[in-house]
Formats: sequence, C-alpha cells, structure tokens
Amino acid sequence: MQAQPGRRPSSTIENRRADFPALQQMVNGHPLVYLDSAASSQMPAAVIDTIANYQRQDHANVHRGVHTLSHRATDAYEGARDKIRAFVNAASRSEIVLTSGTTESINLVAQSYCRPLLRAGDSVLISHLEHHSNIVPWQLLCEQTGAVLCVVPIDNAGQLDMQALTTMLDDSVRFIALAHVSNALGSINPVKDIISLARQKDVPVLLDGAQGVPHMAIDVQDLDCDFYAFSGHKMLGPTGVGVLYGREFLLDAMPPYQGGGDMILEVSFSGTTYNELPYKFEAGTPNISGVVGLGAAVDYLQSIGMHEVQRHEQELLAYLMDELQKIPGIRLIGTAAQKASVQSFMLDDIHPHDLGTILDHQGIAIRTGHHCAMPVMQRFGLPGTARASLSLYNNRDDIDRLVAALLQAKQIFS
Amino acid sequence: MTTTINRDNDELRDLYRELILDHARSPRHFGKLHAATHMARGINPLCGDRLQLFLQLDGDQRITEASFEGSGCAISVASASLLTDTIIGMQVPAALEVSSTLTEQLRTGDSGDAESAQLGKLKALFGVHEFPARVKCATLAWHAMNSAIRNSATPATTE
Repeated sequence: MQAQPGRRPSSTIENRRADFPALQQMVNGHPLVYLDSAASSQMPAAVIDTIANYQRQDHANVHRGVHTLSHRATDAYEGARDKIRAFVNAASRSEIVLTSGTTESINLVAQSYCRPLLRAGDSVLISHLEHHSNIVPWQLLCEQTGAVLCVVPIDNAGQLDMQALTTMLDDSVRFIALAHVSNALGSINPVKDIISLARQKDVPVLLDGAQGVPHMAIDVQDLDCDFYAFSGHKMLGPTGVGVLYGREFLLDAMPPYQGGGDMILEVSFSGTTYNELPYKFEAGTPNISGVVGLGAAVDYLQSIGMHEVQRHEQELLAYLMDELQKIPGIRLIGTAAQKASVQSFMLDDIHPHDLGTILDHQGIAIRTGHHCAMPVMQRFGLPGTARASLSLYNNRDDIDRLVAALLQAKQIFS
Repeated sequence: MTTTINRDNDELRDLYRELILDHARSPRHFGKLHAATHMARGINPLCGDRLQLFLQLDGDQRITEASFEGSGCAISVASASLLTDTIIGMQVPAALEVSSTLTEQLRTGDSGDAESAQLGKLKALFGVHEFPARVKCATLAWHAMNSAIRNSATPATTE
C-alpha cells in the first residue's frame, strides 16, 4: 500500500487542482494551502454546479409526486444511489442506505441491528484508535443492554495489536466495529484479516470507512464486511449526507431506525407495513441535493480512478513524512506501516493550537487538537496534535509551504 | 514577498510577544493552592485547554493568593499566569473589573478607554484580538476566575 517516494510525473492529477474553486483563493495574504481534507474535503466545481443546477431546475420531493420535477428529483436521487453502489461494489442497490453521515450510519446499526440482539454479558469490540463517532454509539448501546465495550489496544506506531485482538475475540463478542483508516493517525487497519477472524466466530463486522473511501478503491464484497459506513464531505461531496452499506439479509431482518414518511408502504392506526429496502431506513424527506452532490463527487473520483488517487496521495505522503522529519524537533505521531495520507505531528513543545495559528497566518489550513479521538491522544500522552491531511488536489508545493511555516514557528518560539 | 513575510512576522510577533512567551514557558504561581478558599475549572473543548484556578480570599474580600495548574496553548497558559500576577492583592470587585475590561478588549479590540490603561502588562494580550480563533484561549482563565468567585460548581467553559 505504501508507495515508493518516486518522482513519477502525475500531470493528469496535478491539473485537477484547478477544478476546486476554494483552492483558488488567498487566505491572510497567501495562496491557500488546504491540508485539512481529513476533517472535510473541498468540492470540485462539478459537484458545486450539480447541486446548484438541481436546486435551480429540478428540486421537488422524491418518491411522491407525479409531476415532472418530482420525477427529475427522484431520478437524480436514485441515480446517485446507483453510482454509490457501483463505487463501493455493493451487490444490490437495496444495500445502499442514504443517511446524514457516518455518525448516523453507525448509530443506525448500533440501535437497529445490535440493540435487539445484545444481552447483559455480551461484548462489543472496538479499538483504541476510533473516532468518537465509533465509540459513543457503542457506549450508549452498552448502557442500554448491559453489554461490555472491549477496546483493542494499539502499539506506539498506531497499529492495532492483532495478537490482543485475537485473544479478545472470545465467545462473548457479538459485534465488531472498527475504523478502516484512523482519522488521527492514518493507520490502515488490516480489516480483511480481522473480518476473516470474525467470520470464523460468526461475529458481524462494521467498518467506519469515513477515512477509507476518500483514499482508496473500496469493494465491500471483497472486504466481506457486514456494514460499511462513510460520509460525503470527506470524499469531495457536501456535508450532511452519508451512506450505510449493509448486507441485504441483515438489513432485511432489522427493524426500522426511525419512523416517518417514505419508510412505509401502508399506514393505519392498527399497524404499519414498512417499505422495502433501502427505503425502510430512510424516514422523512432526505437530503436530496446532498445525495445528488455525492453522486457527482463519485463521478468525479471515478473519472480520475481511485487507484490513481491513491498512488498520488501515497507519493505525497512519503514526501510529507520525509520533509517533516528533516525539521529538528519534529515528532511524527502515527507511523504505521500501512497508512493513508494523514500525518499527525508535534513540533518541539509548541502547543498544536499555537502551530495552527502561525500556519493559518501563512494561509495554511491544518487541523489541531484531539481530532475527535481523545482516547488516541491519551494513548500518546498528548493534549492534541497538529495534523496535515492530503487529498488528490494537494501537491509538493503545499508541503514545502507547510515546512517553511513550521520553521517560522520554531523561530517565533525559539 | 519579503515584505509580506515581514509584515506577517510582525503580526505574529504582536500575538506571541516576548512577555507572553516568557509566561508560557515559565508560568508564575503554577501549582495547587492548598489553602484555597475558591476554586474553578476552565475547559476549552475546542483545543483541549484545561486549567484549574485557585484563589484565597480573606475576610475583607481581598485576594491574598492565587495559583493555577493545567495544560494549554501558549496564549491560555500565559493569560492564566498573568492573571495570577495581576490579581494577587486586589479586592474582588477590582479583579472582576479587570476581568471584564480585558475580556471586552479582547472581544472588541477597543483598547482606547481609560480603564484599559489600568491593565498594565495585561496589555501584552491585546494582540490576541487580531486572531478571533484565539480569543477563547486568552479569556479561559478569566472565565474560571469569575466562576471561582461565584463559587460555581460547574466548570467554566469557553463554549
């Protein structure tokens, strides 16, 4: 997965930077360097225009009217679902539930799939490197059911302790929920190995793919996971929209998560017949423009190819790590052998928040703080880190600007 | 380009003045105050700054001792350190007055009035106004002081 730090020209992907209007601006007197895509990525004009055109011409409620606009809206919405299905290679469009984001997708599984199954004494396995959105829903579930939350430890590089995981995967484990890629450390977890271990024990696995989908080709059938959750706004799409992939037979057996319009076939006061998949899980008027925008983001990514995205990002990540390590006093946090293009770091004893301000003043956007992964910070004994995350629109100049600004920060704090 | 960088440096140096960096590196009155009569915690959830502020008041509502502990960015630590330096020996109403004048200045950037002339070395914090994302760091200790004086049970937060 780790690319060699080669010098292969990547003209096609380099040209893509011009597709992103937000990247064409000056911030604090400097051309913007955006290194915070793991928090939220920028949108290409193709996505922005698709959303705007939908709002200008095609907006109506979906699955309801017989009029033309309602048809157009429904076609655009359902068309996006088909694109998403193909993008992650789900077997059927019934397996693609459109949600408000990864967080809702995970909560849906916790409440609708796990809650009816779990009994006191059962356990749910997560890991030490999870985002809060893959911790708190399980804590709530455990409070509700009396189940126990078990946390697989990580090593100093930020890699899962596979030996511990194997031991912890005992007969009490009823569910496993794991990040595909750590948002704070970049570690790519060996999810296929874990899923095959879980299969032997007949334990279902959910992958939090919020940081996986933006960086690599995802094939849910090849991964063999039971659920895969991800968000639009980390993969060049808009905020407020996400996806839950679930195996059809599992989704079929699950009760609805929320009640309302669109998730029903027939309602009377003596009872309600739920709609078929995936609509059973899409109560209420959905985020139509968001879903349409996500469809456009999928088109955009596929026009480049996720393998090309990954090659470009891996090459840049190697360059980023090399250049950072040349700075005296730098400490890289997260050095797993398999990593996505995310790098947390500390510089001398400068607080990450101070680094963030100095960098912002140079027009450089990074994330500072706990990255919604406080247990990871506690594991490394840090209040937070500075984190640079790369997307397909970043280049070596961005990294050179980052390094120059970090040297300036050292000067200010010297 | 050189001039741009110099100007940027000037603005940053205005934020990270020598006095601020000095207090951040070697905070004054750092540690628990065992004889404290008032205490409050301050939390800035955005960046993880957390501090605990201790005050010792005598019968005449005079602050005889103050200290803090915790961790945070240079701005929040320096501000807490400057706070303790400033308020020791003050009457409570005077300390609250300083707190509200400083907080107002940081929020509005208005440092022209006569009151701010009383702020002494706290003026080193005025540069923070140009960095709106950092105002909460600078005011954290002051919120904690206000809540310690009110003896509030819930921690002060910047949110």
